[in-house]
Amino acid sequence: MQANLTVRRYDPDASPPRKWDQDYSLDVLDSFTVLDALIQIREEIDGTLTLRCACRASICGSCAMRVNGRARLACKTRIAELAPKGERLLIEPMGNQPVIKDLVVDLDTFFNQIKRVDPYLKPDAIPEEGEFIASGDSMTNLLGVMNCIMCGACVSDCTVLEVDDRFIGPAALAKAYRFAGDPRDDQTAERLTKLNDEHGGIWDCTRCFQCVEVCPKDVAPMDRIMELRDMAIESGNRNTSGYRHTESFVNSVRRHGRVDETRLAVDSLGWTNVPALIKEAPIAINALIKGKLPSPIPHKAEDHKAIQKIVEKAEGKS
Amino acid sequence: MYEHDLLIIGAGLAGLRAAVEGVRGGADVAVVTKVHPVRSHSNAAQGGINAPLTDRGDDWEGHALDTIKGSDYLADQDAVELMSREAGRAVIELEHMGVIFSRDEEGRLGTRRFGGQKVARTFFVGAITGSALLHVLYEQALKYGLRVYEEWFVTSLIKEDGQVRGAVVLDIKTGELHTIRAKAVIIAAGGAGRVFEPSTNAIICTGDGMALAWRAGAPMMDMEMIQYHPTTLARTGILMSEAARGEGAYLLNKDGDRFMKTYAPDYLELASRDVVSRSEQTEINEGRGIDGNVLLDMRHLGREFIEERLGYLQEVAVEFLGMDLANDPVPIRPGMHYIMGGTKTDMDGCTEVPGLYAAGETANVSVHGANRLGANSLLDTIVFGRRAAEHALDYMKTVNGTSRDESQLEDDKRRLQDLLDRPQGLRSAAVRHEMAEAMTDGIGVFRDQDSMERAEAAVKRSREQFADVSVQDKGKTFNTDLMFALELDYMIDCAEAVCAGALARKESRGAHFRTDITERDDENWLKHTLVYQSEDGPRVETLPVTITNWAPEKRVY
Repeated sequence: MQANLTVRRYDPDASPPRKWDQDYSLDVLDSFTVLDALIQIREEIDGTLTLRCACRASICGSCAMRVNGRARLACKTRIAELAPKGERLLIEPMGNQPVIKDLVVDLDTFFNQIKRVDPYLKPDAIPEEGEFIASGDSMTNLLGVMNCIMCGACVSDCTVLEVDDRFIGPAALAKAYRFAGDPRDDQTAERLTKLNDEHGGIWDCTRCFQCVEVCPKDVAPMDRIMELRDMAIESGNRNTSGYRHTESFVNSVRRHGRVDETRLAVDSLGWTNVPALIKEAPIAINALIKGKLPSPIPHKAEDHKAIQKIVEKAEGKS
Repeated sequence: MYEHDLLIIGAGLAGLRAAVEGVRGGADVAVVTKVHPVRSHSNAAQGGINAPLTDRGDDWEGHALDTIKGSDYLADQDAVELMSREAGRAVIELEHMGVIFSRDEEGRLGTRRFGGQKVARTFFVGAITGSALLHVLYEQALKYGLRVYEEWFVTSLIKEDGQVRGAVVLDIKTGELHTIRAKAVIIAAGGAGRVFEPSTNAIICTGDGMALAWRAGAPMMDMEMIQYHPTTLARTGILMSEAARGEGAYLLNKDGDRFMKTYAPDYLELASRDVVSRSEQTEINEGRGIDGNVLLDMRHLGREFIEERLGYLQEVAVEFLGMDLANDPVPIRPGMHYIMGGTKTDMDGCTEVPGLYAAGETANVSVHGANRLGANSLLDTIVFGRRAAEHALDYMKTVNGTSRDESQLEDDKRRLQDLLDRPQGLRSAAVRHEMAEAMTDGIGVFRDQDSMERAEAAVKRSREQFADVSVQDKGKTFNTDLMFALELDYMIDCAEAVCAGALARKESRGAHFRTDITERDDENWLKHTLVYQSEDGPRVETLPVTITNWAPEKRVY
C-alpha cells in the first residue's frame, strides 16, 4: 500500500530557523506503523528527518508525536488503520513542549514536572530481613500506573498545560498517585497535602479526559488525579475551592435534585473570600446582561426525592 | 571540559545500579547516555528476574547448577556461584527501592517458572519487569540527584599511561564535543543486537560499549554466543516473553503437535532457549512450520489470566498483529535477542585495561556462557553493576590528579568533521542492513564454516564501504544522521569480533551450533574465545573456563 505523510518540520540551524511542511510518499507493507514509515524515510529518502525512537514495541516511550492532531506513539499506530486508502497523515511534534528539531521536543518540561512530586518511595524504615509485606491487591492496583512509560503524550495534549505551565501535569500526578497509593510509603499524608495546596496541584485538572484518551498505555492519568482528590479530602484537606465545589455540588443535588449554579460558584470561592468574589463579579454582570445568569432561587427538580435517595445510597456506599 | 570521579556510560539497569552505588559511596558520579535513562533497552526485559531465596525453600546451588547447565558449561563457575549467592539480596533491595513485584497470597513476593529451571524462582512485574525495574532505578537516580548527561553520545575513551581516564562525548542537542574526565569509567551501554537483522533489540543497541572498550585494548569474549529467542514476531523481531511459556503456553507446529515433547521430553517448552530455538527451526526447516513460523498458543490460559499476568503480551498481539491471545495462537520464530559475549571482565567488572570497567550486556563476566537462562540478564545487571562500582570506588583512591590534555577531543573533532564534509556517498543504513542480514544468515540458529565465512566477508565489505559513508544532515542540532554513521562504525567492530569468535570455535556448544561439527568438544574447547583488536584485524586467543563444583555433563532437557 502507499503511505502519504506530511511532516511538520523545523530546522533550528537554518538562519533564520525554518519551519515547513514536507510531503513524503512511499510504498509500505500493510502491517507498517507510522514509525516504520518514518524510519524508512530517514534511511532511504531523507537523512535529515529527525525523530526519537528506540524499542519499536511501545515500551520505551521515545516516539510520541502527534498524528492527525492527536498525541500517539508512532510505533503503535498502524498506517492501515488511520489511512487505509492512502489518505494523507499529518505528523507533528508533541504539543506543550518546545520543539528542538523536526519531531524532537525538549522533554525538560516533562521531567521537571515528574521531579516536583518527589518520585521515589519514602519508607520510614526498611525491613531488616526480606521484603515489605504488601497485599497482592494493593500492588495490582498500582500496576496500571507502573505502565506509564513517560512518553509525554498526556502532557502534549493536556488542555490545562496549554494555558497554565505551572500545572504539575497528568503524568507527574499519575506518578504521585503511584507513591500515595503504595502501602510501603510513609509520606502519604505529606504528599497529599502538598498536592492539595500547591498551585498546579490536583485541583487544577479540568477533567477534560484528553490524557485518558491519548495515553498509549491505559494509565488514565485523570482517573488517578480524581483518586488523589478523594484521598486528599479523606485525609482532611478541605481548604480548597475544589473541595468546596465538590461539597456544594453534592449538597445542592441532595437538596434540590439539581445543581444550583450560583451557589456553586460562591461556595467554591468561599463566602468570606471577598477579593475573589469581587474579581468574579464582572463575569456575573455580563452573564446577567446576556440573560445567562441562573436564577438565584434554585428550582427543585421534579423528582428530587428520588434523586435524594440516589445520593444517600451513593454516600452510604462510599 | 567536565570532571568527575566516576563516569558511567549507559543508563540502563547496570549503569544506574552502578551509579547508585557510587553515589552512596560518596563519589562524584556522572552518567552519560545517548538516550534518556527511561528509554534504555533494559525496558524490554519482560519476564522477570531470577533469585533463589532461601526463605522460600530454594538454594543458590540449584540456581547455579541450572545456570551452568544452561550455559552448556561455558560459564565460569566461580562467577555463577557469586551471582547466585547475591541474587536474593539484589531482588530484595530492588523491592525496598519500590519495585511493585507481583505478590503471593501472603503478601510476599510471588514467582513464576522460567526456562531451563524446574523451580519457580523468577520474580516479576506482569510482563513489564525490565521497565518496572528501570523506572525505579531512575527514581533512585532522582532521589540522589545524580548528574546525568542525557542524550550525549560517546565518541572515544581517553587513555593515558595505559589507564582509561574519561571519554570524549558528543552533546547530541548542540552538536558540541566535550571531554569528560574521570578517575574510572564503567561501560554499561547494553548489547549489540542491531548487528543482526531482524532483532528483538531496540534501534539503539549498536554495541557502542563493546567497541569502545575494544578500541581501548579490552578484548571481547565468546562473541559467537548469540542468543536466538524462541518467540519473536517475524518481520519486526518484536519479542513475546518467555513468561508466556513460563505461565503454561504451548508451542505447536502446523499439525497442532506440541513438538517440544520430541526434543525435550522433560522440560518441554521450558527447555533452555538455545534448545527450544533449534527445535523450532528444525520443525520449520522440515516443513512443519507455517510460513517460516511455528505457533505460540495461550488460548487455554484464559482471558482473565492472560490480561493480569501477561498484559503487555496481549497489547503486543493486539497492536502489532491484530490478534487476541485468548482466541488466536500467534505465529512466532527464533529471533536474535541477546549476546552472551561481550567485553571480558572479572567478577568485579574490571576489564584488562586499568580504570575501565564493564557491566550488564556489554560485559561478559562470564555467567551466561554459551546460553543465557531467561531472567538471568536482569540479575546480571543488578549484581555486577553494583560490584563494578564498589571496586571502582576503591580503585579511584589510587588515582592521582588528572591531566588537561585535549588531544583526543581534537582527534574526534577532525574525525566527525571529515564525516560531515564527505559530500556524498553511501547511506549508513544501507551498509548496516546488508551487513546485519548477512550476519543473521551466516551466524544464525544453525551455522557452518561456509555460512560463517560468508558473514565474515560481508563484514569485511562493510568495513570497506564505511570509508564511503556520508551524512546527509549537515546541521549541528540533534544530528542523528551523524550519530547513525558513528554507530555503524561500532557495529562493524562487534560484527568482526562475532565472526572471529565463531570461526575459531571448532565445536557445537550452546547457542553456537555448527551443522558441520555437531558435537561439544570438552577436551579442546572448554575454553573462552578472546578477540583483540589489532592492526591486522581481530586476533583470537583462548582462555580456559573456570570449573569449580560442577563437572561438565551431557545436557538433556
